[in-house]
Formats: sequence, structure tokens, C-alpha cells
Amino acid sequence: MTAGPTARPGGLGVDEARRLAELPPSPAVWCSGLRKRYGRQTAVDGVSFTVGRGEIVGLLGPNGAGKTSVIKILLGLVRPDAGEVLLLGRPARDPRSRARVGYLPELFRYQPWLTPGEVLALHVRLAGVAVPAEERRACLATVGLADRADDRVGGFSKGMQQRLGLAVALVARPELVVLDEPTSALDPVGRADVRDLLLALRSRQVAVLLNSHLIGEVERVCDRVVILDKGRVAAAGSLPELLGRRELRLRLGGVSAGAEQRLAAVGPLTRDGDSFTVALPAEADPTTVPDLVADLVALGVRVHAVEPGRISLEERLLGILRAGREGDR
Amino acid sequence: MTTAARTVLTLAALTLKEAARRRVLRALAALTVVLLALSAWGFSRIAAETDSLTSGEAKLVASQVLNLVMFGMSLIAALGTAFLAGPTLAGEIESGMALSVLARPVHRSAVLVGKWLGLVAFGSGFVAVAGLAQFLIVRATVGYWPPQPVAGLALLAAQTTVLLTLGLLLATVVSPMASGIVSVGLFGATWIAGVVSGIGEVLRNESLARVGTVSRMVLPTDGLWRGAMHSFQDPTALAQFGAEMDGFPFLSLAPLTLTYLAWTAVWVALILALTSVSFLRRDL
Repeated sequence: MTAGPTARPGGLGVDEARRLAELPPSPAVWCSGLRKRYGRQTAVDGVSFTVGRGEIVGLLGPNGAGKTSVIKILLGLVRPDAGEVLLLGRPARDPRSRARVGYLPELFRYQPWLTPGEVLALHVRLAGVAVPAEERRACLATVGLADRADDRVGGFSKGMQQRLGLAVALVARPELVVLDEPTSALDPVGRADVRDLLLALRSRQVAVLLNSHLIGEVERVCDRVVILDKGRVAAAGSLPELLGRRELRLRLGGVSAGAEQRLAAVGPLTRDGDSFTVALPAEADPTTVPDLVADLVALGVRVHAVEPGRISLEERLLGILRAGREGDR
Repeated sequence: MTTAARTVLTLAALTLKEAARRRVLRALAALTVVLLALSAWGFSRIAAETDSLTSGEAKLVASQVLNLVMFGMSLIAALGTAFLAGPTLAGEIESGMALSVLARPVHRSAVLVGKWLGLVAFGSGFVAVAGLAQFLIVRATVGYWPPQPVAGLALLAAQTTVLLTLGLLLATVVSPMASGIVSVGLFGATWIAGVVSGIGEVLRNESLARVGTVSRMVLPTDGLWRGAMHSFQDPTALAQFGAEMDGFPFLSLAPLTLTYLAWTAVWVALILALTSVSFLRRDL
């Protein structure tokens, strides 16, 4: 096995055990060199990435990029031809590595002859966690199914089944949640609910691996993004890293030379009439913009508009994918 | 309780719940009631006619008709479980229902054994209830009670188990419906092979007789069925008239050997292990 951030229990002295306990927890997901072929088609080709504890990582890429295959390999549903996976510090070959993992599949379907309450009870039992009935009901309520707890799943719409799937992924007190297209069947309200849910998970230090076509969704909630293309990692990094420099667009009146100097002090400045664009450093101090505005006002500048601008993730994604296509030619 | 045991029991309970709540149970119950009602009418007619028969002849007739009806019952059990076993595994893989279950901290083989156990419990429960009802009907109409009812029903349950194990194996390689059809087809084929072999014995044609022997080894349903028949029929009547009834498909002359029962157990274990290997290797 390749060296991964894993802890080996057993056979440790008291000192070693204490030092081990003091180590930062292993990442929620660590995978390296994943490879999978289906016949002559290579679906996954040397994929490696990590998801830290409490981190939301988005998996992006065009159709057929291998996103769902990667997720299924992580969860032991598909056997990789090569590569290693550690979930919450345990090798994924060991089913116990999934004890604290919640999963909403892309193809979600739940036992139609059961009620949502029974589906959750089943999953809690399989996970080997004791979750009291009130907590299970609360979980159904979070996804908006509280009043349907006693109906058969067979009568549910696609959207309601997906909501149930979210509850299933969340019910067994997971430390890692893997969501494959969690909003594919949801209306805009449902999508907003999922966004809130993701943010709530982050605040509870639950790691999330999110595969979504909705780039806006990913951009709003994810800490980091892994972009897959043709089974390979085309780009990966935090949003600021991927999107590069941010900029600030201002519309100002009565700009003196001193004010212009103040603007230029923040970063490279371009001017077009009364429109000014200042490039902000990648990791700008949160006080940079308010300080700048306060100083400008103090210098007698009339501030009409201040808007942060940045390349959208969508533009960046398309750029990366197109660059990849051209590289192939 | 270990994780594996918990998974097995949870899945077994889930499978029983599925069987109880799906339409297949209602269909099965309806078929059984029809068969029981028909047999009740039939036996009451026999009772009316048996005045002209000796008591030995009457017992032989009752044995034969009971076996005939029990064959119908075993066919219903076979159809029901084979069509339940297929969809329960293959259908869940196809629809995606298996994904969220198998992403839990469970071993696939524990999930498989759990399903199998649930199906066995369901099949055996059906055989026990329907078989007992049939015995009571026979007793009420013609006053006949089979000599070894428990052993006979246990063998019928074993026959159902054999068939549903085969259904599970097939379900890991072909579509749910096809697995049901193929296993019921094989069940019918071995029964016919058994009949052919019986004819072969009467005609003293060894190669014909061997057909049944071989098919009884390959798929033990027919062998178990013959053993079950033997427990249902009256031994004294058989001793009296048996030689004349050689080769008749609804009478069995010899009881099952322990070796054959052991082979059946090995067969079931082998098929289950094969299913487990096929299921473990499968990408979902």
C-alpha cells in the first residue's frame, strides 16, 4: 500500500497512542492513482485528491468525465483496477471505513414498500449507529418530509425520493457525506434547501464531496473544486486559487490625483472614463475594500458604485476544458 | 452481535417485509386458496366414490391425489419464490436500490446471505402453512393423514430453498424476469427428467433411467420432491400395490438417503458461494 495518512491501531505503547490521538484527524477522503476501465473505455485514469475534515469539495466536469465512477470507487461499489482509497483514515476495502459515511446516489431509489421512516430505520441499523426515533424524524423534517413519514415511498415523486435520499445520507450521523447530483430532481426551492443543508453540514465539521452540474451551486458552497475531464484531474484547488485574481470595479466622480494614487496602492489600476478597475491580490485582506472606500470618500471622491468582479467558475471551467481539448489536437 | 450477523438479520427481516407487502404474496395466497378449494372439492368427491373401493385402494388413491395436489403446491411455492428471488437482487441492482444499502458498512456476502435467509424463511413458511391446510382438508374429507407430515413438508421447504438459491445465482448474471423464468424452467425440466427416468426404469432402459439420476444430482428439486412424496403416501397401501404403480409420477417407491440430503446441503452452499463470488465482483 502506498503511504497514506493512516493510523495503525493495535500494538502501540501508551505514549505512542497519546501522540497518535494528538495527530490531526486523517482526511475524510484520500485517494491516489485511481484507475478504472470498462472494456476498452477508460473511465477513470489516475485520479488522486483529498477531502479534508469539514471541507466541502465540488467534483466538476462534463458528462462522461468519470465523476460518478470515482464516487462509486470511493464507496466500494465499483472495484478500481488500480489505486488506493482511504475513507476517514481506513482503507476503503474494509466496509467499516463507511461506518460514518452518508451517500446519495445519482440513481436514487428506495424500497417502495417501505415508509420513509422505515427506510431511515433500516439505514441506521445497517450503519450500526443508535439514532433515536425523534432524531430520525427530525432528519426527515430537515428535508421537508415530516408530514409524509408514514406514506409508502412507492407513491413518492422523483423530487420527494431525492429528498428522502438526502435524509438517508444524513441520518446516521455521518462525518463524510457524498452527494451525487443531489438536486437533479429538485425545484429551485429544493435547491436552495440543499444549499442551506450543505452550509449547515460545514458548520458541523462534516466533510462533503459534491458532484453537481450546477456550477453556481458548487461555486456558492464549495471550499475546493476538483475538475475531472476524460477520467483525469484537469485542475484542482480552492476557488480563489482556481479563479485567480479578483478585481474591484468602481464608478467614481471627482477623482483627484491623490485619489487615483490611493486606488493604485491596492493593485494594478485601469481607467475608462469614470470607471475604474483595480485588481485585488488573490488573498485580499477583508478590510482592503472598506478601507479603500472610506479613504476615497475622505479624499472627496463621489462613489457611485463598487462591485467585486471575478471570473466565474463557469468561465474558468470552460477555459480549462477547452484548453484540454486543444491540447489533445 | 457482530456486524455481519446484524446485516444478515436486518436484510432477512427486510426481505420478509418485502414479501409480505408486495403483490406477489397476494397472488400466491390467491393461487393457494384456489388450489385448496379445488382439492377440497376433489377429495369430497373421492370420499363419495370410495364406498366401492377396499380400504387399501382408498388409501392409495388418497395418497396419489394428495401427492398431485402437493405437487401443485410446490409448483406455486417454486414460482412464487423464484419470481421473488430474482427481482429482489437483480431488480435492486438495476434500479439503483442496492446502491445506498451497499454503501453502508456491510459486506456484500452478508447482504446476500440475509436476502437468502429471508427468502428461505418466506418459502418455508408458505410451504408449512399451505401444506398443513391441505393435510387438514384431506383428513376432514377422506380421513387420511400422511405418515410423516413434518419430514415431507421439510423436504418441500428444502426444494423451495434449492430453487430460490438457483434463482439468486441467476439473478446476478441475467435480468430479474429471465432469472425467474429460467429457474422455473429448470425446475420443470428436472421434474420431466424424473418422469422420463421412471419410465426408463419400467422399460429397463438404463440410459433413460440415468437421465433422472443425473438431473437429480445437477438440480436436487426433483429428488427432494420424490422424498417428500414418499413421506406423504401410505406405506401399507404402497407395499400392497406398489409394484403395479412403478414409474407413476405421483408415487415414490424409495425414501431419500442421507447422502442425498447431504449432497443437497452441499449443493445449496456451493450455489450460494458462487452467487456470492459473482455478486462481489460486480460493479454497481
